[in-house]
Amino acid sequence: MDSRRASRMVIDPKPKVRQVGFFTPGAPPERTKSSPAESLSSPPTSDMSPAGNSLSPVMIPPPRHASDNLSSSLGLNSSRVLPVPVPMSPIRRPSTGDNLNLPLGSYNPSESLLGTSLSPSSGFDDEGLSEDTSTSGWFVRGNPGKVASSFPSGGFDTTAMKSRNIPVVSNLTTVSVVKMPPGLSGGIAEKGGTLVEVQHEQVRDSKLKEKTSKAERRALQEAQRSAKAASRAEGSKTAATSGGVTAANAKPAKAKASQKKEGSSVASSDRKGPEKDRKKDVPHPRMQFDDKQRVEKAKRRAVVKQTEARNRVELFRHLPQYEHGTQLPDLESRFFQLEPMHPSVYKVGLQYLSGDTSGSNARCIAMLQAFKEAIKDYTTPPEKALGRDLTAKISSYVSFLIECRPLSISMGYAIRFLKNRIAKLPLTFSETEAKATLCSDIDRFINEKIILADKAIVKHAVTKIRDGDVLLIYGSSCVIEMILLHAHELGRQFRVVVVDSRPKLEGKALLRRLVSKGLCCTYTHINALSYIMHEVTLVFLGASSVLCNGTVYSRVGTACVAMVAHAFRLPVLICCEAYKFHERVQLDSICSNELGDPDVIAKVPGREDVDHLENWANNENLQLLNLMYDVTPSDYVSMIITDYGMIPPTSVPVIVREYRREHLWM
Amino acid sequence: MDFQVVVLAGGTSKELVPLVSKEVPKALLPIANRPVLSYILELLEASNLKDLIVVVEGEEAAVRVGGWITGAYVDRLHVEVARVPEDVGTAGALRAVAHHLTASDILVVSGDLVCDVPPGAVAAAHRRHDAVVTALLCAVPVSGPSETGASGGKDKAKKPGRYNIIGLDPTTQFLLYIATGAEVEKDIRFQKSILRAVGQMEIRADLMDAHLYAFKRSVLQEVLDQKDTFNSIKQDVLPYLVRTQLRSELSSNGMSQAEENWNGKVASQDNQALSSQQLPPGMIPTVPSFHELYAFCPNGSSPPKRTHKCCVYIASKGKYCARLNSIQAFSDINRDVIGEASHLSGYSFSAHNNIIHPSAELGSKTTVGPQCMLGEGSQLGDKCSVKRSVIGRHCRIGSNVKVVNSVIMNHVAIADGCSIQGSVVCSNVQLQERVVLKDCQVGAGYVVTAGSEYKGESLARKEKSQS
Repeated sequence: MDSRRASRMVIDPKPKVRQVGFFTPGAPPERTKSSPAESLSSPPTSDMSPAGNSLSPVMIPPPRHASDNLSSSLGLNSSRVLPVPVPMSPIRRPSTGDNLNLPLGSYNPSESLLGTSLSPSSGFDDEGLSEDTSTSGWFVRGNPGKVASSFPSGGFDTTAMKSRNIPVVSNLTTVSVVKMPPGLSGGIAEKGGTLVEVQHEQVRDSKLKEKTSKAERRALQEAQRSAKAASRAEGSKTAATSGGVTAANAKPAKAKASQKKEGSSVASSDRKGPEKDRKKDVPHPRMQFDDKQRVEKAKRRAVVKQTEARNRVELFRHLPQYEHGTQLPDLESRFFQLEPMHPSVYKVGLQYLSGDTSGSNARCIAMLQAFKEAIKDYTTPPEKALGRDLTAKISSYVSFLIECRPLSISMGYAIRFLKNRIAKLPLTFSETEAKATLCSDIDRFINEKIILADKAIVKHAVTKIRDGDVLLIYGSSCVIEMILLHAHELGRQFRVVVVDSRPKLEGKALLRRLVSKGLCCTYTHINALSYIMHEVTLVFLGASSVLCNGTVYSRVGTACVAMVAHAFRLPVLICCEAYKFHERVQLDSICSNELGDPDVIAKVPGREDVDHLENWANNENLQLLNLMYDVTPSDYVSMIITDYGMIPPTSVPVIVREYRREHLWM
Repeated sequence: MDFQVVVLAGGTSKELVPLVSKEVPKALLPIANRPVLSYILELLEASNLKDLIVVVEGEEAAVRVGGWITGAYVDRLHVEVARVPEDVGTAGALRAVAHHLTASDILVVSGDLVCDVPPGAVAAAHRRHDAVVTALLCAVPVSGPSETGASGGKDKAKKPGRYNIIGLDPTTQFLLYIATGAEVEKDIRFQKSILRAVGQMEIRADLMDAHLYAFKRSVLQEVLDQKDTFNSIKQDVLPYLVRTQLRSELSSNGMSQAEENWNGKVASQDNQALSSQQLPPGMIPTVPSFHELYAFCPNGSSPPKRTHKCCVYIASKGKYCARLNSIQAFSDINRDVIGEASHLSGYSFSAHNNIIHPSAELGSKTTVGPQCMLGEGSQLGDKCSVKRSVIGRHCRIGSNVKVVNSVIMNHVAIADGCSIQGSVVCSNVQLQERVVLKDCQVGAGYVVTAGSEYKGESLARKEKSQS
């Protein structure tokens, strides 16, 4: 941290391409470098503490955002004292607030098992019996006593008759039916509830044995309170399970509470108790994974079985890291057990987990499409409101997707958007209307925020490409690919340097597409960056997110490229759709990041003989770190090209404040 | 998860004569005293697939299978039995139930499969790749009695029909070529186009097609409709789909309507289709399979070619997977289920690693070795020795009888002094004194006269086999 800042100080006094305010598309970045405003503004910016830097622009009134940085930096100095309304992280918000209605035991396999086995039979039992004599005579002959019926009972009759003549078509005979015990439909939920409750009790139990922290004491208190409320509300209920629960409860609890509970068998019956608990137990999307107890808790409710990787790097222990090999087969093998998960959501989860779908935009689109499918197939359960139940459903899908792979920032925004739309649905809407509205909303989001945004970015960015340019790109960003192709179509004469890095080598696929379109390309790895940078005139980079202080959160290696480009006094243009902007302020790539499979950096594909790191997991002294993202400080970024125009990194908060809210408050 | 399951339980298989008969269709052959069909049904039940269609060849077999399922699985599974005429083949059987299929994907399982590979894994792989067909491949089972010194010389000729020649792409996710070992003579012909698109093909002979497939319903129905000469899934439908994966005819000849159907119904399943309709071409999945590369890349101007994906799911090494399609396989599976793959049988083993029903009676000095099973109510006389064998219910076995590596079904009477090695003895057989059987199969109800010796023969009642 310190060393980096020091080096920046050396570089900063004479920045070549420091850019301020909005730019007209026609002006190339090099032209403005000598403008007076720029020379005034940059020194104070670099002097500022990063925190101040990030917060200050929030306070600038909208009309002034295009003005030079001097005024903004002045305003910021005063604003530091003011209580700045720091926006809460958007990812944080949905899961804490909206999981209220998470269906009880939605991950509980036993419940889902019950639920599915019952549904088909209910119609069958009564309809089927009445028809067996007419349709399946041959079968009855064999086993007169058995239950036999034709398959889809009503309308199927004719086909069954036909089948006597046409040998190919065969009729079906129900030989075994799952009987539904009377009144079980109500019982399922309760059973699910009990199971969850028991589970929670165990959690609580184990928690108490350890030294409790503040949060846990509070959780315990909360649980006791809810149990008390439950006991008050319900006097008598099922014996065996709740008895066990009481025992488990009584042990740790304070004497007073336990006395009360033992008198009246508690829990399980009242659904509010466990639900409340459950809400508390929902793991935070940005959970600190070095907190053992929380991790344990989260694991218990996880859909994806997660085995934590060994030999984790100390500094990154707070990030989730699992044995990559084990998750996918396990999730695959339980394909049919996860009934509450919509198939399309499940599929997207699998694709995230296996890496088939990656990239911020692609993941976001895949997720939204899956949600659209899920909404289409959704029916509101009786005695529930669509708004609440659907939000809970979406939340459970989201937490499943998080287990498959941590959310990208773009997805966080999309989820927030969708939940907001659900919440804002007029109560007068019928279910079909509501579903149609939501589907069209999702389509609109994809279209406006991603596809049209990309087109706008392409339009802006192409103006920066001139004949004879040598563009350097890193990794594989779809919007940058579109820019290059469009510039090529316009007939610009330029060359592209594709810089790639292990282990994903995403650049190769991009290179292949570019070359097939007839672009002139150079391919190199990031090791050769400082050499190749001599011939480059312009650097285009994609981003996973742009944070409020102008920091660019992107594929690991981007910071390195930007830094080298900056050292070579080259303009660094970041292309990023505005929906990926984020209110968060991040100064380093440690606190929030993602860890990839460490094995892929240990292995060299196609070179089985290079196996020096075989069985590395057994060596206690070796830790592999495969970071997925890094942050590029705004100092290295000349300009951010977004769908609202080309802006300096300091203007990101303006976009966040002025344009991003429209959806949320609409 | 929008899957339907079709279990092809077959009828009376010719390869299994004399074990099978009108009374005992193939699906009801006992493996460790349980019908073979129960293994797949229980596997499906464990995967929460409780809505099944069981297709049985032949009327009488259908009645028997249906009756058995009713008895065993009432209240547990929702099973419908469909009867098809004999010799329609697997494709014909599917054709017969095609109009009952409504889910977007169909899981087709052979009823003679004994395995512990979760079908969900196949289904998940199928969904993940959005494939038209996904096949389960597993390692070729070890044939013949393993590590037995007793009957060393009896190695049967390996059945080539069980072996497949399978071509896979380097990621071992896609199926590029499949042929049954028996069909392959000297050379194999591969398509250049596939080879060129993939770049590299791995040809494996150590994998077996386990006859568990996930099909996209619309594709399956279309293929069955259009190619009415197709008789077998394995020999016709699957190779056809694999062959045409890069020039998918499914779209060109009237597929469009069905295609729209699955695009509309299970939309978002197809990122590729989505990108071609709506999204700019840069947004195809970042890790495209060779299908997408092939469809999009060669020369940017031409319209994307129609492709479809044929995937495989390869069972991991630790999983057990075998098919009951020969007499050898029958003894192998029986041996494995009470031996190395004992978790499949669902029985709990005693300390001696065998299963002896509490009601079974043993005479003095009779030993039952490990990896044996003794059914309910069976009686053994004195000085008997049972090794690595399965003995069914209510068998009466005299004194001094040796049973090694054999399967003895229910209600078999064995007189004193018999020796049975590597044989299969069906129900209601009577073996008189001092019969010596080695590598024999004895059909149901047969009576072996006293003192006779047989080696490697198949014994069955004449009128039974003719009728």
